[in-house]
Amino acid sequence: MGKILEVQNLHVSFKTFGGNVQAVRGVSVDLYKGETLAIVGESGCGKSVTFQSVMRLIPEPPGSIDSGSIFYKNKDLSKLSDKQMRKIRGKDISMIFQDPMTALNPTLTVGDQITEGLIEHNSMSKRAACKLAVNMLELVGIPDPDTRLNQYPHQFSGGMRQRIVIAMALVCQPEILIADEPTTALDVTIQAQILELFKEVQEKTGVSIILITHDLGVVAQAADRIAVMYAGKIVETGGRRDIFYSPQHPYTKGLLHSVPRLDLDDQELVPIHGTPPDLFSPPLGCPFAARCNEAMEVCTKIYPYRTQLSDGHHVECWLQDERAKQLQSGRV
Amino acid sequence: MGKQVLLEVENLKKHFFLEKGEVLKAVDGISIQIFKGETFGLVGESGCGKSTAGRTIIGLYDRTDGSVSYDGDDVHGMNEKETFAFYRKMQMIFQDPYASLNPRSTVKEIILEPMEVHNLHSGKRARLERVYQLLEDVGLNREHANRYPHEFSGGQRQRIGIARALALDPEFIIADEPISALDVSVQAQVVNLLKRLQKEKMLTYLFIAHDLSMVKQISDRIAVMYLGHIVELSNSWELYKKPLHPYTQALLSAIPIPDPDVEDRRERIILKGELPSPITPPSGCVFRTRCPFEMDICATEKPVWQEVEEKHYAACHLYNSEQPGDKAKPQLAGWR
Repeated sequence: MGKILEVQNLHVSFKTFGGNVQAVRGVSVDLYKGETLAIVGESGCGKSVTFQSVMRLIPEPPGSIDSGSIFYKNKDLSKLSDKQMRKIRGKDISMIFQDPMTALNPTLTVGDQITEGLIEHNSMSKRAACKLAVNMLELVGIPDPDTRLNQYPHQFSGGMRQRIVIAMALVCQPEILIADEPTTALDVTIQAQILELFKEVQEKTGVSIILITHDLGVVAQAADRIAVMYAGKIVETGGRRDIFYSPQHPYTKGLLHSVPRLDLDDQELVPIHGTPPDLFSPPLGCPFAARCNEAMEVCTKIYPYRTQLSDGHHVECWLQDERAKQLQSGRV
Repeated sequence: MGKQVLLEVENLKKHFFLEKGEVLKAVDGISIQIFKGETFGLVGESGCGKSTAGRTIIGLYDRTDGSVSYDGDDVHGMNEKETFAFYRKMQMIFQDPYASLNPRSTVKEIILEPMEVHNLHSGKRARLERVYQLLEDVGLNREHANRYPHEFSGGQRQRIGIARALALDPEFIIADEPISALDVSVQAQVVNLLKRLQKEKMLTYLFIAHDLSMVKQISDRIAVMYLGHIVELSNSWELYKKPLHPYTQALLSAIPIPDPDVEDRRERIILKGELPSPITPPSGCVFRTRCPFEMDICATEKPVWQEVEEKHYAACHLYNSEQPGDKAKPQLAGWR
């Protein structure tokens, strides 16, 4: 399957009173056609900023894309004007956000909001757009769509609102859907409904999905490939099985050990000690070194290069270096 | 040795009276017993009344009906002086570590305040020593005492909240979603801290949360709430192994497990619809509108609370012994 989106060495920073926050510090990631790629990381790791930059939604200033490129269909999105970008947003690439309450305009009917994209991008008549919108609402599982089209967001529950946001995002049949914590604000039983919906929609439309989340359970359930982010960098990328069954980066391992599993009895949680580094002045070497039990001298000084472990499984860690391996075997 | 019941909640109700004579029945008759030294988990989704239950138990809300007795004393029947003394025994940890600490006080002042109010550890020096000791107990250090809350991360702030709750040397702590605002790696830190403190200080916990996998980690017994009612209660591993109530079954099946192979094998019960309004709850069993096993009786009669298996309680008509539907007990093939 072909690549549909290529992010290369992206750097994003924000100017604040306290100085420059380097939120994204050299992220490279590819998205393939028809897959679900999960971006996992804790708050402040830059996972949302990375994809808000892809959509060019970060306010510039204070934010700025300092370097790197974002290739979509031979176009570098980071270089496009606002006008050019508007043609892509919502039509080719759509985004949905965590909080369905704030993502919808409370003063417009959901019908107005779903059809807006169609009228703007496809120059459709209002009538034709409404017809499509009804189909969309049906697809996302909203009963009685003809009536619901003329209602306002406050007349819907949280789960229903998220369905409407998904309908809005998908109505122009985009190739890429970026979902930023789409189920975090929802209850688990509703989360299960929404994740099921993603699967159905992907089967029907073939859309590629980027799922940004902190929930490893959701990832295990929904992702094909996973990229783990920490302090503005992608520290490990791999298939679902690579990441869960042979994680190589100490941060990935730590994350997996710190989540409770419903199906295990007497599981001992092993937390990662400490907290993530301050991105005003990120450490010179590996940002995880201060919290890592296996850190070596080199880790605090030089950022590790990317090592390929198998097809599609990459990790950025000094432990993969031949010299580190010799050192370890030497100790034994 | 028999277990000593420390907290007894009987048929507790908390109704909020709204405009136009509407009544929101947030908690509608719950009964629980919490034993000394255990961790009792109360789980449910948003709006099920679990936080209201916690706040009514400690007396932050007046009850509408029912009773709460702590170590034999009626919590809601106390006079001012008795309530004051009661708070030395029971303390609370709140969900949002950003909102529950005064931004204009230093950590020292925050932890000192309850000691000053209750006039404990007379003398400035002794109190200060106690603050340092508490900070160390929760994994911070004495240098942190003069800083302000905004200088700390979420996890550290939650530790400060815990230190404040411990300042009065309570026996019982109600923790209302103490970790849901924190990152996963930090959640584990705080849960392990709570477990350690429980051992060291012989604490009893009421742990309120929506995240069943974390609650199962820390709790000895768990009660599941839905729309103001407790629908099931059992020890935590049993609850996972053999959930009886259809709601518990659906809730468990909806929680993703961080293991792809397990996820691929699992069959999910996807509940239809959403939580009904607690202002106009369904008649009979409150869960019936979403229940895959709904029967005629469910609309007309409230299910009774019964011990279905040893020390495993549920309120569901499927388990009525004289019920013709007895043979059709919910068997969820391989839902796990």
